Amino acid sequence: MLRNVLISTASWVYATLIFGFIFLPVAVLVLFSFQDGRLPVPPFNGFSTQWYTAVFADRKLMAALLNSFVVALFSSLIACLLGFLAAYALARHKLPGSALQRGLLIAPMTVSYLIIALGLLTVLNAFGIPLSLSTVGIGHVVINLPLCFAIIYSSMGDHHVNIERAARDLGASDIKVMVLVTAPMLMPSILAAFFLSVTFSWDEFIIAFLLSRFDVTLPVEIWSLLRSGLNPKTNAIGSLVFQVSVAVLMLLEFTLFRKTGKS
Amino acid sequence: MTAAVSVQNATKTFGMFTALNDVSLDIEAGEFIVLLGPSGCGKTTLLSILGGFLSPTNGRISIGGREMTHVQPANRPTTTMFQDYALFPHMKLRDNVGFGLRMRGMAKAARDEKALGFLDLVGLRAAAEKKPHELSGGQRQRVALARALAVDPDVLLLDEPLGALDLKLRRQMQDELKAIQKRVGTTFVHVTHDQEEAMAIADRIVVMNQGRIEDIGAPADIYMRPRSLFSAGFMGEVNFIPGRVADVDPVSAQIETALGTMTLARSAFTAGAPFAGQAVTLCIRPEHFRRAGNGTAELVTLGSAQMTGQAFFGTHYRCHLRPQGAPDLSIIAHMPQSAHVSEGEAVTLAVHAGDVVVLPSATKDA
Repeated sequence: MLRNVLISTASWVYATLIFGFIFLPVAVLVLFSFQDGRLPVPPFNGFSTQWYTAVFADRKLMAALLNSFVVALFSSLIACLLGFLAAYALARHKLPGSALQRGLLIAPMTVSYLIIALGLLTVLNAFGIPLSLSTVGIGHVVINLPLCFAIIYSSMGDHHVNIERAARDLGASDIKVMVLVTAPMLMPSILAAFFLSVTFSWDEFIIAFLLSRFDVTLPVEIWSLLRSGLNPKTNAIGSLVFQVSVAVLMLLEFTLFRKTGKS
Repeated sequence: MTAAVSVQNATKTFGMFTALNDVSLDIEAGEFIVLLGPSGCGKTTLLSILGGFLSPTNGRISIGGREMTHVQPANRPTTTMFQDYALFPHMKLRDNVGFGLRMRGMAKAARDEKALGFLDLVGLRAAAEKKPHELSGGQRQRVALARALAVDPDVLLLDEPLGALDLKLRRQMQDELKAIQKRVGTTFVHVTHDQEEAMAIADRIVVMNQGRIEDIGAPADIYMRPRSLFSAGFMGEVNFIPGRVADVDPVSAQIETALGTMTLARSAFTAGAPFAGQAVTLCIRPEHFRRAGNGTAELVTLGSAQMTGQAFFGTHYRCHLRPQGAPDLSIIAHMPQSAHVSEGEAVTLAVHAGDVVVLPSATKDA
């Protein structure tokens, strides 16, 4: 009896510690975004929404938010499309050196973002391509393509082969098989790859910093804010981003994953 | 629609392995053909070649008189019903069944109506708005059948479609398949390793083994008059009794066996004319044994045997017997429910001469 109580208490303590460890920084961030004062550090002086007002009034910050959104959306779309095509080719066709090709596709995952960014910078300079949001997007496709490929490739099981074969048998061309059968069947993993890659792109700093010039993404803008010292405004923008992510996650949980979870 | 199928000298090799070895087969339009054999016998390879998923290494395929050997599956007048159903998991049943029509450019309203008609044919019209994961195995099977038939194929290829169903449902689906085939008139080519299923549905059975056709014929023919030892053994339980042709005359032949000498009509030799000195094997089904001395003229006696074991099977007793003439042989015989048999008892084995089939013994290299 006592033993059970001890075990159950210990597991509750453990769970509290774990979740505290994960969420305390976020809670602190959100709390001090409402700080009535100039510094986002204890003590908490009182509740105020002045920093949110300041964020919405900051044109540069709002522009960076939009830039981040555009880059995340387009780079993830391209990474998913390329990842899907590569996975389809390697899973369904006998290609020369397919193990090597798979390895090469996944290899960028092991390379540090700094190296990728420096490499891209050199290449872009050599071709005389000016830095812009598009070059940031290219960088994000480079880092997200391996991820998208790996997720989609791993979900392409052999049990799908006969289904595609049936579609072809009923008169579907290769492109129709891909668009009408393969992609819809793999939609859960394609969406997982897409949203993961949106998250990574949204958060990414090094590539965004090194490959952008005048238009910058949110992490870069926040970084330049931080250079002028701690400011509750950064907490406010951070909280906003966090709340949007939570909202998107909830939306997905209640619509998409609820449906596909059953099948 | 329906069409005849002709396979000429089809051979398929995968590296060193010969999956299909010089197979020729003519199927009439509207026939229900079952390819029967153990796994690895080449039946699925032959079906894939008919469907266009594999190209034969050698040989030709024609369907409805048209050359099809290297035509893509999409351009053949065939559809395949796959073993794992292969339904589109993200589509409603109506869209699953209408998929082939959509690929043929039929307008949505027309193809929906036709799809509903075919769902009706398999008794699932009410479930048209459901998705495959909401159905039982037997229902998915029916959807797969409706989807394959919806495009009016000349030939429907069925790849062990009933393999995943339990026994009772399988028997029920066999009857339905046969009834639907009669209604639509399409040529069905059905692959299975279950000889009871084959007999239940086939117009003609093609028994295959090691890439070759062993026997072709109507179910009763194959069972009663098998033309190869493999075919005899695969279609059901059978006693093989070795013997030797002692003498041949124009209407009959004398055969010496360990159980005695007997005279059998030439028609008992289903795999070709006998010759004196030939090593042969007698094939006798367990249910063909009769009680000796019932006064029927053409009974052949095989001497006395001792009962070594028996079990009641409902419709009959299945008995193990040790013949006196050959104690190392074990004979299996079915006795009627009314038979009062006990272990150790001696019985006289007898069989109608017309029920015995004599086949050449397997040569060492075969």
